[in-house]
Amino acid sequence: MFKPYSALALAQHALSPERPWPRAWRAPEPKSSYDAIIIGGGGHGLATAYYLAKNHGMRNVAVLERAYIGSGNVGRNTTLIRSNYVIDGNTQFFEHSLKLWEGLSHELNFNCMVSHRGQIVLATSPVQLDTYARRGNIMRLNGIDAELLDRGQVMALLPYLDYSKDARWPIWGGILQGRAGSVRHDAVAWGYARAADTLGVDIIENCEVEGFIMDEGKAVGVETSRGRILGGKIGIAVAGHSSHVAKMAGLSLPIESHILQAFVTEPVKPMVHHVVSWGAELFYLSQSDKGGMVFGGHIDGFNTYTQRGQFPRIQTVAECAVSLLPFMSKLRLLRHWGGIMDMTPDGSPFICRTDIRNLYFNGGWCYQGFKATPASGWTFAHTIAHDEEHELNRCYALDRFEKGRELDDYGIGNWTYKQ
Amino acid sequence: MTAFRRLEKGGRIDRGKPVTFTFDGKPLSGFAGDTLASALLANGKTLTSRSFKYHRPRGIVSAGVEEPNGLFTIGKNEPNIPATTVDLTDGLAVQSQNAWPSPDFDLMAVNSLLSPLFQSGFYYKTFMGPFKKSWMFYEPFIRRAAGLGKGSYEKDSDRYDTAHEFCDVLVVGSGPAGLAAALTAGRSGARVVLVEQDSEFGGQLLSERTADLEAWRKVQLAELASLSNVKIRARTTAQGLYDDNFVVLLQRHEESDAAKGKPRQTLISLRAKSIIFATGALERPLVFSNNDRPGVMLASAVRTYLNRFAVAPLKRAVIVTNNDTAYLTAFDLAEAGIAVTMADHRKVIPSDLLSKAAMLGMAMFPGTGVADVEGAKQVSRVQLAGAHSASIECDVLAMSGGWSPAVHLTSHGGIKPIYDEKLAAFVPGGFAAAHFGAGAVMGRFGTQAAIKDGNDMGARAVADFGKTTKPVAPPEGKDRAYHILPVWLPAVAGKGKAFVDVQSDVTVKDIRTAHQEGYVSVEHLKRYTTLGMGTDQGKTSNINAIAIMAGLREVPIMQAGTTTFRPPYTGLAVGAIAGRTIGHHFRPYRLSPLHDANKASGATFIEAGLWMRAWYYAWAGNSPETAYIREMELVRKGVGLADVSTLGKIDVQGPDAAEFLNRVYVNGFAKLPVGKARYGVMLNDDGVVLDDGTTTRISDTQFYLTTTTAQAGEVMSWLEYLLQVHWTDLKVHVTSLTDEWAGMAVSGPKSREALQLAFPAADVSTGNLPYMGCLEVNFDGVPIRLLRLSFSGELAYEVHCPADHAHALWEHFLNVAAPLGIKPYGLEALASLRIEKGHVAGLELDHRNTLDDLGLGKMAGKEKAYIGKELRLRENLQAPERWSLVGIELMEEGKKLRGGSILFSASDEIKGHGRGYITSVTWSTELNKFIALGLYQGGLKHEGEDIICAFPLKNEQMKARIVSPHFIDREGARLNA
Amino acid sequence: MRIPCPHCGERDVSEFRYGGDATKTRPKHGEGDLKAWHDYYFLFDNPKGPHTEYWQHVLGCRHWFKLSRNTATNEIGEAS
Repeated sequence: MFKPYSALALAQHALSPERPWPRAWRAPEPKSSYDAIIIGGGGHGLATAYYLAKNHGMRNVAVLERAYIGSGNVGRNTTLIRSNYVIDGNTQFFEHSLKLWEGLSHELNFNCMVSHRGQIVLATSPVQLDTYARRGNIMRLNGIDAELLDRGQVMALLPYLDYSKDARWPIWGGILQGRAGSVRHDAVAWGYARAADTLGVDIIENCEVEGFIMDEGKAVGVETSRGRILGGKIGIAVAGHSSHVAKMAGLSLPIESHILQAFVTEPVKPMVHHVVSWGAELFYLSQSDKGGMVFGGHIDGFNTYTQRGQFPRIQTVAECAVSLLPFMSKLRLLRHWGGIMDMTPDGSPFICRTDIRNLYFNGGWCYQGFKATPASGWTFAHTIAHDEEHELNRCYALDRFEKGRELDDYGIGNWTYKQ
Repeated sequence: MTAFRRLEKGGRIDRGKPVTFTFDGKPLSGFAGDTLASALLANGKTLTSRSFKYHRPRGIVSAGVEEPNGLFTIGKNEPNIPATTVDLTDGLAVQSQNAWPSPDFDLMAVNSLLSPLFQSGFYYKTFMGPFKKSWMFYEPFIRRAAGLGKGSYEKDSDRYDTAHEFCDVLVVGSGPAGLAAALTAGRSGARVVLVEQDSEFGGQLLSERTADLEAWRKVQLAELASLSNVKIRARTTAQGLYDDNFVVLLQRHEESDAAKGKPRQTLISLRAKSIIFATGALERPLVFSNNDRPGVMLASAVRTYLNRFAVAPLKRAVIVTNNDTAYLTAFDLAEAGIAVTMADHRKVIPSDLLSKAAMLGMAMFPGTGVADVEGAKQVSRVQLAGAHSASIECDVLAMSGGWSPAVHLTSHGGIKPIYDEKLAAFVPGGFAAAHFGAGAVMGRFGTQAAIKDGNDMGARAVADFGKTTKPVAPPEGKDRAYHILPVWLPAVAGKGKAFVDVQSDVTVKDIRTAHQEGYVSVEHLKRYTTLGMGTDQGKTSNINAIAIMAGLREVPIMQAGTTTFRPPYTGLAVGAIAGRTIGHHFRPYRLSPLHDANKASGATFIEAGLWMRAWYYAWAGNSPETAYIREMELVRKGVGLADVSTLGKIDVQGPDAAEFLNRVYVNGFAKLPVGKARYGVMLNDDGVVLDDGTTTRISDTQFYLTTTTAQAGEVMSWLEYLLQVHWTDLKVHVTSLTDEWAGMAVSGPKSREALQLAFPAADVSTGNLPYMGCLEVNFDGVPIRLLRLSFSGELAYEVHCPADHAHALWEHFLNVAAPLGIKPYGLEALASLRIEKGHVAGLELDHRNTLDDLGLGKMAGKEKAYIGKELRLRENLQAPERWSLVGIELMEEGKKLRGGSILFSASDEIKGHGRGYITSVTWSTELNKFIALGLYQGGLKHEGEDIICAFPLKNEQMKARIVSPHFIDREGARLNA
Repeated sequence: MRIPCPHCGERDVSEFRYGGDATKTRPKHGEGDLKAWHDYYFLFDNPKGPHTEYWQHVLGCRHWFKLSRNTATNEIGEAS
């Protein structure tokens, strides 16, 4: 029983509280077989299921989630969206994603609070400003909004940064993407789940995949903690744990799992009206609609699945926060947590077929899984439905390193994030 | 209106030291030893704030760090501080939050009327229309309504320190368990650190009235203080537990210390061999209609205010409980002359409690709970319901829903707590090696049990180091058994809102809504309703919420799950984490050994990574845009001196040094003659360019290798990796000389003359020191290296010397070559000269480009093996139309080439990713035009073609031409001169 | 996390640099085809559990060594 969300429905419900809201998504028992199985009930998996049903008419679809939906990185990230990519392939893909974000609340009938408040990436050297100029030019040439800011323009927009002589690096300028911003992250998982469920997708929580069923080199199903489930096509979307799941199917991946920490302060009245980033330390900060400052930095730098970060990294990020935004000193950190990232050699993801027929892979999201969610689901659904990559994800193949087709958007080299 | 009063005597406050403070600008007074909360209550401030969503009147609930309601802004820029955690100090300025114009009369209370709309998750269901980006219209309103206190952009004037400590045993918490544990461990001679978040040691003991407990506390403290191997720290919170017994402590110094210029807080990174958690327990509220009214408080807090701060309810108190401990509050209140009415959810109450209650003349209502609470701005009347019904007037309603062990810290390591049915509470789910729990955190709530636990755990902790000890003698007394009847929802529901999380305004109805909609996992519940997400992180609300959800789902509480406890335990100022590593201390400055020499020569510096580099010199002008041009002209026509000390410098020694370099570089080094230098390029395993530089053979077994400034550390680590891990058969050792040696470039047609003036005894003729030659000479008795290299394309030398002598050598050059007109030139000119010569650097070496892309493919040895040889041959890296290095000349006068321009052929439509981009731009003093290096599809195959440089960010397009990247002296006549 | 440097003893993780899976076999210098080098350089087993890996004591003695560590718990084992 689907009940559309609206202000009117909310008012009607307020007046007659005896009629409860229906479940946002059902809790079905798994069927013995589906046309497609998506492993992973995170943002990407749920989006994939939704677009399979919506764009490709595949409604006999199951999403299998080990814990509760959205328990992975979709609920652990720092909620930023942007499309400031410079490499051919990345640019179009992430812009497609941003376009999907723009209409997502309407599309899903679920307010994901998509806030286009703008992101400013700060440059602290003339060379950095040149690289941002290239980035901004590529964006403009691909129909994406970008503004190059000089120091004065940054000062006008972000008057609270440290422009004093005490600053370790002077701010030379920055680049602004006005359409970038933030999204209420949990709502993305819930919104896709509810919309997919409405189209007939079975979302099965507490269902851990324990193995693949193969038949003559084809993937035909999975063994799970809730029994055997057959699937005509099987998609893996479990970033963070990709290696672990792919290994069950005999696949070795160009991926290492690393922890990325995130931080939130106490809520305060609105102070920061943009997303503020600084590339040199991969620092980024935004203020959530609830009022907390949400910020983060680099990965810890060694592989781990613990979701527990190391304190020296926390100090590094705090130093960066106070040095760039001195007012942050007095705000109190309420919580910090970690998410496990699939790190790839070149920092770009995979959305592709695999060497095993009917088995598809989506992962390797590094720092950028959240902002990619809609386009990831959209293209992965296409890839699964048509057994071939869409033009938008053609570059995200697993064999790109054999071919020398790295997608190194920041020009930092293979694996160098580990340093 | 007031609910509390200060008693004439009693308490731990220092009545001889009155303290004045202001609340919303009005002066109030209290005593030293008060917290802000106790002082506010003593001043009759029962209603202190308004709630976040509904703007309901709220007051202080607790007496500790768990406080969800009593949040204030301290001073100008410290919002959301729980009054229960602030020591009252003279001049403290306190502002109420979230109420306009005041908590007493708050216009925003109109929100309360709309509350049926504001059910949990309402914002996910609306604010979507009418347009695609409608949220942009609603968001500012929501943002303004959200957020608790107001932050300030003002720079924090306080100072924070960080420190590192090590100990054998860390004891967290100084209640009876912690005191016993610390002393038992301390008596063994082990290094013990005892931390207490409160301003005084003693934990629960501080809220007791009995003299013998106070005497016991003092004796233990005195002995602890006498042990030199024990450090005791009050006002110190164990904020988080990290891997390998790393505990983050936050020490808050007394305000008076901070006023004297000492740090306000110190963050201590403590590494303990073992940890005893004596973190105690937190009392839970009960959930019932209007349980958020000011004057509804935790029973243990009412007791703390009475006994520790001598702040008592005006006349009448009602207590509602489901367990025994609230009777301690009841008895103490009754003995202090307060009329007490007791409602106990339990039908059967231990007889000793009943008889004492009767003796004290308390009204008893067994089997009874609270149905509703009345009172507009503070509690005035309580409706009891259950086995008995009654309506009782009162000033304060004290509640106890049982105790939750403070398992936060014990869980940070990843061990989830487990639910204990008998205690109706979560207890630690186990301990890692060398971790111990003592007292209330283990669910052992009695004083005697806590002391025994402390003794046992203290002894066990030190036994791990082979030490023995003797236990602490407990005071006289006997624990009562703890009895609780879990009550999660009111038996009789009143009509008002029943709050589970008062800070986030989450009610029972919100949890029901979440349940109906399927948000049943604890994490979904929290995220959907925002329960437990506030500044208190749900210390008083999480367990009630989990239990209520378990009830709705009809599953055991353990199955409903627990939330994950994340550090920090209490709010931790970001500034305290950063300590002094902020502002110009944020990252170290690397200074060249020639830094002072540069300064004396009039350099303006620029930040380049960690380095401060001489950018341009005053002699050439005072703006970088023009100075570098004069400096370039100097080098092209005369002689200039530049600091190149930031280059990575590595000494490579050993019998296999030549073989080693021959493997690392794409070009051959095995046969490099002694006294000769060679330009080399190294690749990564992936076949992409890692770095370039010049390496000189000093002897058969010694090489002097230079790297780029940016990759110096990387290359060093890489060479060490190869030698130590994979090529252990090679007899080679590498040593970084980057900081030990300085380098300066002497460049220009007159550089040989300058060199000859500097070293009159040396033969620097081309015959003796040809291009790519090396000569060792003496300067002041110190051996220095003259390398004939050229980055600028002119006749030029690099002079490398031990860092201590660099300044003298620099001045020597400027002095002796003054007749030649020698002057220093800076980074901007260095980088521009090399563009004219077509040397790759910086953005050309950005890890995306191959040897061939940079026009260096011919360097690679065809026969010999070198790192990256195999993966260099990957299909796309060998593709014919790759973007590769070209020179670019601007064809339009009066315009300016810009770095980051996108390149198109003259006939292309200007869109997409183009055919390449500009990496480096300069004005060419030789060609009198703007020139650039860049990467272009197909590279020099297109030499001579006209192209478009697009810079849409400034709406610019300009015509340029592809040319050779070697803008000057292609034949090398100058550098071979 | 504390890492036992075989030369300097136990030190904080912030003094070290991580160097990846130490169980992979690097093709001999000058040998191995493109596929062998690709698999060596790009593919990782990335186990959740026991892992042997390289670390360098980069802010100390600069020794490269092997360390066994459990990636599921960060529990540290032998260093050699």
